[in-house]
Amino acid sequence: MARVVLEGIRKTYPNGFKAIHGVDVAIEEGEFLVLVGPSGCGKSTLLRMIAGLESITEGSLSIGDRKVNDLEPSQRDIAMVFQNYALYPHMSVYKNMAYGLKIMGLPKEEIDSRVKKAAAILELTEEQLTRKPKQLSGGQRQRVAMGRAIVREPSVFLFDEPLSNLDAKLRVQMRLEIKGLQSDLGITSVYVTHDQVEAMTLGHRLMVLNAGHVEQLGTPIELYQKPASLFVAGFIGSPAMNFADARIDAEGQNITISGQAALPLGDGGMPDHGGKDVVLGIRPEHLELVPDAPDAVPMTVAMVEQLGADTLVHGHFGESKSNLTVRLDGIRTIAQGEVLPIRVTPDHLHVFDPSTEKRL
Amino acid sequence: MIENRPLLTFFSHVMLLLGVAVIALPVWIMFVAATHPDVRMTQVPLPILPGGYFFENLDIALNKGLSGQSGQGVARMLLNSLVMAMLIACGKIAISLLSAFAIVYFKFPFRMFFFWMIFITLMLPVEVRILPTYEVVANLGMLDSYWGLSIPLIASATATFMFRQVFLTIPDELLEAARIDGAGPMRFFWDILIPMSRTNIAALFVILFIFGWNQYLWPLLITSEPEMYTVVMGIKQMLEAAEQAPEWNVIMMTALLAMVPPVCVVIFMQTLFVKGLTETEK
Amino acid sequence: MLKNVHFKPSLLPFLLVFPQIVVTLVFFIWPATQALYQSVLVEDAFGLKTEFVWFKNFGELFQDSHYWASFEVTIVFSFLVAFLSMSFAFVLAILADRVIKGSGTYRTLLIWPYAVAPVTAGALWVFMFNPTLGVVAYALSAMGYEWNHQLNGGEAMALVVMASAWKQVAYNFLFFLAGLQSIPKSLIEAAAIDGAGPGRRILDIILPLISPTTFFLLVINVVYAFFETFGVIHAVTAGGPAGATNILVYKVFSDGFVGLDLGGSAAQSVILMAIVIGLTFVQFKYVEKRVAY
Repeated sequence: MARVVLEGIRKTYPNGFKAIHGVDVAIEEGEFLVLVGPSGCGKSTLLRMIAGLESITEGSLSIGDRKVNDLEPSQRDIAMVFQNYALYPHMSVYKNMAYGLKIMGLPKEEIDSRVKKAAAILELTEEQLTRKPKQLSGGQRQRVAMGRAIVREPSVFLFDEPLSNLDAKLRVQMRLEIKGLQSDLGITSVYVTHDQVEAMTLGHRLMVLNAGHVEQLGTPIELYQKPASLFVAGFIGSPAMNFADARIDAEGQNITISGQAALPLGDGGMPDHGGKDVVLGIRPEHLELVPDAPDAVPMTVAMVEQLGADTLVHGHFGESKSNLTVRLDGIRTIAQGEVLPIRVTPDHLHVFDPSTEKRL
Repeated sequence: MIENRPLLTFFSHVMLLLGVAVIALPVWIMFVAATHPDVRMTQVPLPILPGGYFFENLDIALNKGLSGQSGQGVARMLLNSLVMAMLIACGKIAISLLSAFAIVYFKFPFRMFFFWMIFITLMLPVEVRILPTYEVVANLGMLDSYWGLSIPLIASATATFMFRQVFLTIPDELLEAARIDGAGPMRFFWDILIPMSRTNIAALFVILFIFGWNQYLWPLLITSEPEMYTVVMGIKQMLEAAEQAPEWNVIMMTALLAMVPPVCVVIFMQTLFVKGLTETEK
Repeated sequence: MLKNVHFKPSLLPFLLVFPQIVVTLVFFIWPATQALYQSVLVEDAFGLKTEFVWFKNFGELFQDSHYWASFEVTIVFSFLVAFLSMSFAFVLAILADRVIKGSGTYRTLLIWPYAVAPVTAGALWVFMFNPTLGVVAYALSAMGYEWNHQLNGGEAMALVVMASAWKQVAYNFLFFLAGLQSIPKSLIEAAAIDGAGPGRRILDIILPLISPTTFFLLVINVVYAFFETFGVIHAVTAGGPAGATNILVYKVFSDGFVGLDLGGSAAQSVILMAIVIGLTFVQFKYVEKRVAY
């Protein structure tokens, strides 16, 4: 177990492409940090820099008390689980797990006991240990890849989208296993994913990356409740947050979506931004269907998706062009073209500056 | 096939068997000749069915050779051929594996230069550089030696390209996993790359063994001592002698002996052979 | 080309390429440059004096009717070898692809001549056609045809062509069969539904689809006939009679090693190198195309 501290980490490729624009974070002992963002945002690069598979152009990286910038991956006291597992196809499961320990020069008995212990934790049978990776199912290979990481007894686990090659059902199951395992072993972990559900469920903290910049760092709930930018707001939460062009009135007490009814901002309003054009964000689950409310806004229904547990209603407010989605509980019978009275809860309004895309 | 035309299928089988017969005919005649005593081989018409002198001829060919010649049998030549074929096959595989590993897994100055230099060897078959290569080997004192027979033939662009191709298909993550496991370059080479390419190595070995065994022009040039002759050369020597005193039974037995090892390799390692052929031609 | 992930720079890669590079330099590059160098020199009969003569050796070569004759022989020879072995192999491959049962056995029965050394192949054929003893020559004579390839240039050519093509059928068969088996069955079925019989399908579907393989094999066969048939020629005819089978590769050998005309032989080597380079380029350009097909 160790703290991992990143200070001013930057990555510039020889061709001049800047992949990482400066990352500062201290990952606490036993913490589970998830790096999340769309493909190409630099999350895998950052993870590989921590692993030592990519060089660090600028900044300092320390694991425990050591600065590890120039250390080989094997000297950094880390273990990594790869997206395609990267199991050695010609070695048995046992040998795959033992290989790193053999190179470390550990005695045979020690290797054997570590492998057996890891196999027990991961519920791999004796018989499975003798098989070759290609004789295993996807989920079992995933376990072996984790086993190879566990036997090293590292200070830090690194996961590079380990679940993306699994089918949906197995992914949920393995997600729970990884979470349980990490909290049992208490090993500091950094986990890369593009899947926001995985990120929200696994991470103690999330770092949202976009084009090499850190958009926001915080707990899942912080990110959900107070997204720092339009990017984070759109990325976290499913279905995605609704956005609409809006205007704050001169006093900064109400907000108006393109000529529709004014909504109270509540909580003292935003007097600093009176008269400003903004982007208003409202999550689908924070729009309610309230038949008799006086402050309801009429929404014309364009399409309805029945998911069983929820009903997603897509449509738009009056003449407004911007589409929005409402998430209603349970099964609802709503016809296309119907006009619904929708109420916005003032506590859950997110207001962004359209030019900087930051939260106001 | 699409339509059920038993007659056409029957006809196909007949034609195929005919084709096989045409291909096998020369070998049959050779085999028959190798089973008759020398006297019978001077009487026209020659036999077309095997006789009973197979083992006598085998003994003559292996231990005595043609009666008019030095008394050198083919046994020594077979050994020379085997040594040469093994040295060429193993040598080519070894140096090609190493250079392909360097070119694919390392970034170093002159990398592309070296690559093109190896590539050029593709365009310089031994036939077009006979004389100067002979001079080099003579100056190095490698005439009439196993080294002279094998080393000038072991640089190979095709083998290097094939291994390069194989290495490029090995996922990058394996190297990364190996680095995290603490394996250095040579360790990665031995523990991961070689075991992962072993079927390719075996396939290439089959092809190169045949290539080496069948070398003719090169051994012809650089050997003058009968102890260094290869069996393939031996046949030609005997053919020349046959102009005066034809002992076709011995010559054909020698041809049979020269043919059996590589043909067995093709037949018994057919899968590897086919894999090797199709891969080196990529 | 290079892996995205690679090892740190060190001396190691130089050590790794060292053996290959040394062998290449000493036995390939250096002799080749020597050939280039010698091709512009003339050496006197005792090897005491050499003279730099620019392209005189090439000039003499191009004025030498023997050289042009050898060129012509080589082209005729290559064409015949390629044509004979490819057409024979193609027919067998079509048949073997047709009969589902036993196509593996036929493959085994047909591919082994690949492993026979050219000289051995030559010895087999020269034995069969030996004018006084040979089984086939005897049969021909019984039919009233007196075969003697030691005197008749046309017969000599026929014999080396047969011996060379015989050995190459295996290779062509293997690639044709693989090519045929890679044609999707659905295409053949579609043609059959369109009413095309087996013969028509070969012409309209199979031949066009297999044309990349055919072209590839053509290049390979020409290379084979140019360079790898030395053993056949040496064993069967030694270039004769009267140069009727004196192909370029054989002439380089006989002029250089037997005739000791170093400059002339070197100039011939250089021309051969140019031919190999040309053929290699055709092959490589084409390989890309084959991938795209």
